[in-house]
Amino acid sequence: MDSSPASVIDSVVLSADRPSRWSGLLRSFYEAPFVPLLILVLLVLTAVGADWLAPHDPTIGNLRARYLPPVWEERGSSEYLLGTDHMGRDVLSRLIHGSRISLVVATAAVLLAGVIGTTLGILSGFRGGWIDQVVMRLTDAWMALPTISFAILLAALLRPSEWNLVVILAAVYWTRYARVIRGEVLSLKERDFVRLAIVAGCSRTRIMGTHILPNIANSAIVMATLQFGVVIIAEATLSFLGVGVAPPQPAWGLMLFEGKSGLMTGFWWLSIFPGVCIMLVVLAANLLGDWFRVWSDPQLRQL
Amino acid sequence: MTELLLDIRNLQMHLFSNRGMRVVKAVDGVSFTLSEGETMGIVGESGSGKTMTSLSILRLLPTAGRIVGGEMRFAGEDLLAKSDKEMQHIRGSQIAMILQDPMMSLNPLFTIGEQIAEPLRVHRHMRGASLFERLKELLHGVRIPSPEVRLREYPHQMSGGMRQRIVGAIGISCEPRLLIADEPTTSLDVTIQAQYLQLLKDIQQRAGLAMLFITHDIGIVAKMCDYVAVMYAGKLVERAPMRALFRQPKHPYTEALLRAVPRINTPTDRLWSIEGQPPDLADIPPGCPFSPRCPVAEERCRRDAPPEVQVGPKHYARCWLQEGS
Repeated sequence: MDSSPASVIDSVVLSADRPSRWSGLLRSFYEAPFVPLLILVLLVLTAVGADWLAPHDPTIGNLRARYLPPVWEERGSSEYLLGTDHMGRDVLSRLIHGSRISLVVATAAVLLAGVIGTTLGILSGFRGGWIDQVVMRLTDAWMALPTISFAILLAALLRPSEWNLVVILAAVYWTRYARVIRGEVLSLKERDFVRLAIVAGCSRTRIMGTHILPNIANSAIVMATLQFGVVIIAEATLSFLGVGVAPPQPAWGLMLFEGKSGLMTGFWWLSIFPGVCIMLVVLAANLLGDWFRVWSDPQLRQL
Repeated sequence: MTELLLDIRNLQMHLFSNRGMRVVKAVDGVSFTLSEGETMGIVGESGSGKTMTSLSILRLLPTAGRIVGGEMRFAGEDLLAKSDKEMQHIRGSQIAMILQDPMMSLNPLFTIGEQIAEPLRVHRHMRGASLFERLKELLHGVRIPSPEVRLREYPHQMSGGMRQRIVGAIGISCEPRLLIADEPTTSLDVTIQAQYLQLLKDIQQRAGLAMLFITHDIGIVAKMCDYVAVMYAGKLVERAPMRALFRQPKHPYTEALLRAVPRINTPTDRLWSIEGQPPDLADIPPGCPFSPRCPVAEERCRRDAPPEVQVGPKHYARCWLQEGS
């Protein structure tokens, strides 16, 4: 190999002359953690293809096959791989169909809460003054309300349906975003690059959109991944209390709570499997959120 | 005769805190003029109102601040009569500013190119190839090698001196007529400082822009400025052409300030300093604000505020002792 100084310099110059910014971003995207991504992709595929994947109807049970354990247990049947519940419904099919509701409701609720909370947080932090006072006193009051009772109250006002559940969960959980984001914005707006933007004649809307928002996106996304778990659990609680997903419909949280009594009587599979599903998804969301935080920061990304 | 660009008369900006009970006279009767191609240095201690004066020119006041009197004309137009929208357009395109800490002035999430492009997009509506050409030209102008590569880099990939030149490039991107530099070199080491000052001077001469240079380093003033204004407790106590001020300071404060600068060719044991403290801006003593610390103060200095008197060609001082001389 030629290792003259000139060729070394050439290679340095060549490596400095990257083809484009986007290819760099794309390359670092390949470094996404494999397992969490796999879990989420599988979950989405399951939710989409639930009708074809589920071996049984999730809402109609076989009463002669009640409380069958998973296939590897003594009385297990290969027809019901993860066992059946008190109405003889196939747990696996219910899990597969339940992924739809859990995924859609949790994602939509987290997004909606995130959008509301982030918008109010930015407005409150950046504009300050009476807007700040109004938003913050509102969140104070909101946070003083007991979460679940408040959700039940809202649920009693609205009809129980999946989309109303989304609205309820978002209405309950937006305050955390608003709080955290406002705090971040308060410190961000004192940073010199925001001042420079003001001095350079950018409008307030532009500054909020192009300088503040990208800089708080990190926190918002990390918050969202953490909230994802909380929201799934909350959805479960509401469903259990009869104000969320209506009972014949399968939802993980609902299954978890329906199987609760089974834990004491030896029917562990009724609540363990939905519990494991929830745990895996929450874990995947958190890991992915953490990776995204690093990925979206140019300094940590090490381009 | 060059065109008069900035004409400030008796500008007063007060800060109202504690529901108007406490009035801080941050800028109290500042007057000066600046023509195209000239550099005016504003010197003074911390808290003497230098930065507040420059922010007042841009009409970017702290929430408690209000301009309560005076006139500001920029290129013949009344800045105080402009709407907020019009001011927004003037900022960055007509009057640009370089902030105190250029190291922190860049958004860590965007490439250098995007950040220099922002004012051009906002004010000039530039897009695409012409924008890119302009960006390269600007980086070339602030002597940053291989602009194509640099434009795609992030702030953390650059050295302090380079980031600062980027901030300079942002400042001049829309070819402003007035550049306000608020202590642009305080966060840099001296060698880089010298380079940067030279660069600013070059840019200024090339573009013929007027510059307002705010600093507490009197050495920088000597190097950079055509005119000097000295501020004390929100008041402009003396303004003069640079040489006149250094040779014959007329105000006792200026004199004291110059004496406090250590000289390289005279051996000194102790550094000389001005006795006492600057006054609380919410509670300025009657008369001349410097009178409590002034070695030559008379009875009337403590009683009545001195007027601004002309003491030489383009040389004004706000001192009773200069009256009638």
